[in-house]
Amino acid sequence: MGFTGLFLISFLVVHCYVNALIFFNDGGVKFTEAAHFMGTNPVIRIMEIGLTVGIFAHIIQGLLLTFENRAKRPVGYAKTPGNKSSKWYSRSMGLLGTLILLFFVLHWYHFWIPNRASQFMGNGEIDAYAKMKLVFSQAWVVIVYILGCVSLSFHLMHGFWSAFQTVGLSTRKYKSIINGMGMAFAIIVPLIFILMPLSFYLGWLA
Amino acid sequence: MNLTLKVWRQQNAQAQGGFETYQVKDISSEMSFLEMFDVLNEQLINEGKEPITFDHDCREGICGACSMHINGQPHGPWQQTTTCQLHMRAYKDGDTIVVEPWRAKAFPVIKDLMVDRRAFDRIIQSGGYISVDTGNAQDANNLPIDKHKADESFAAAACIGCGACVAACKNSSAMLFLSAKVAHLALLPQGEVERKTRVVNMVDQMDKEGFGSCTNTQACEAECPKGISVQNIRRLNAEYIRSVFSGD
Repeated sequence: MGFTGLFLISFLVVHCYVNALIFFNDGGVKFTEAAHFMGTNPVIRIMEIGLTVGIFAHIIQGLLLTFENRAKRPVGYAKTPGNKSSKWYSRSMGLLGTLILLFFVLHWYHFWIPNRASQFMGNGEIDAYAKMKLVFSQAWVVIVYILGCVSLSFHLMHGFWSAFQTVGLSTRKYKSIINGMGMAFAIIVPLIFILMPLSFYLGWLA
Repeated sequence: MNLTLKVWRQQNAQAQGGFETYQVKDISSEMSFLEMFDVLNEQLINEGKEPITFDHDCREGICGACSMHINGQPHGPWQQTTTCQLHMRAYKDGDTIVVEPWRAKAFPVIKDLMVDRRAFDRIIQSGGYISVDTGNAQDANNLPIDKHKADESFAAAACIGCGACVAACKNSSAMLFLSAKVAHLALLPQGEVERKTRVVNMVDQMDKEGFGSCTNTQACEAECPKGISVQNIRRLNAEYIRSVFSGD
């Protein structure tokens, strides 16, 4: 979980950076240029296969871990400590991951699948900026995207530090730095993502 | 003070258990939790009923025998305290206290509140030791040990193997226990010789015993009566990765 998690975190950085180019408010010129590079560069295309494998490996590991661990306590407690000894989001990674996956299905349906399908048919890339404008004009879509990003935020609040702990890097010396970076990452990155649909919906972007 | 106790009763490992409710009267706030149970057991014996079976030994907080899950927390509400050192001043008159055994597939109930923790012994047998030829003990100062490492090792060695980490973990993982044992020896020159095989063998044994996997919720550290840090789990992970990649 740790290794795949760190890999997916690195992807979020790139995804967030490229998409944040829309905030230049230049009608999507800079963004389209970057998206074109990401959509056509052969190195990126090969990395995309790695990313797909990474996401599904993370999901399968997560499911196996959840079900295996659940079987390790056949008789449960009548009383549990609740939030006294651990954070709710640390205990709910499976649930948060499922919510993120549900959001991803919609997200892929909106952008990734139409784009790759269009390329496959030989029609080139879709106009992702125009598609964003169209998709994010619907209130329910914006709400689902916000909820998806909030789930991602809580998933990262535990996941960022936890990944470093799993690979043995969260030493006493660096733990507070890693925790701080994790919290900052978990809040800033999803917040930037939330601002994207919100900005289109509220008409902040041309 | 007068208290209502809901205690898990189970005849044996195979039997279906259930909660029994008991009333105890005139409990002193200065009694330990186990002394309160002694009072309850005397009461049960006087009534001709079978007393409650529970683990206890030193009653000084150092042996790791006591193991009650009290109102949802292993060893009760006090931080870094074993059940035997939990005192009744933690409660007030009229309180209801729910007492359960440790719950884990790897810790089957023997009877009532007593569970079989021999899985921990088998983990220790799989590598939690150092092999030294017998002979005269050499002067302690012959082996230079970094002060920082000695302190870390000593802190890990404080683990009493009570199993509260397993009981507290939502995955019934034994990682805090195992990591304390691995870190304790890996930090010292005496443990260096078997360092690589130890961690792999002990992790294998832990998995065989049916403990869950760690998902870093850190509930174990919060509930550990000896304050064993999850920093040891970090060290265990690093030791394991190091061993797997550099092993023969």
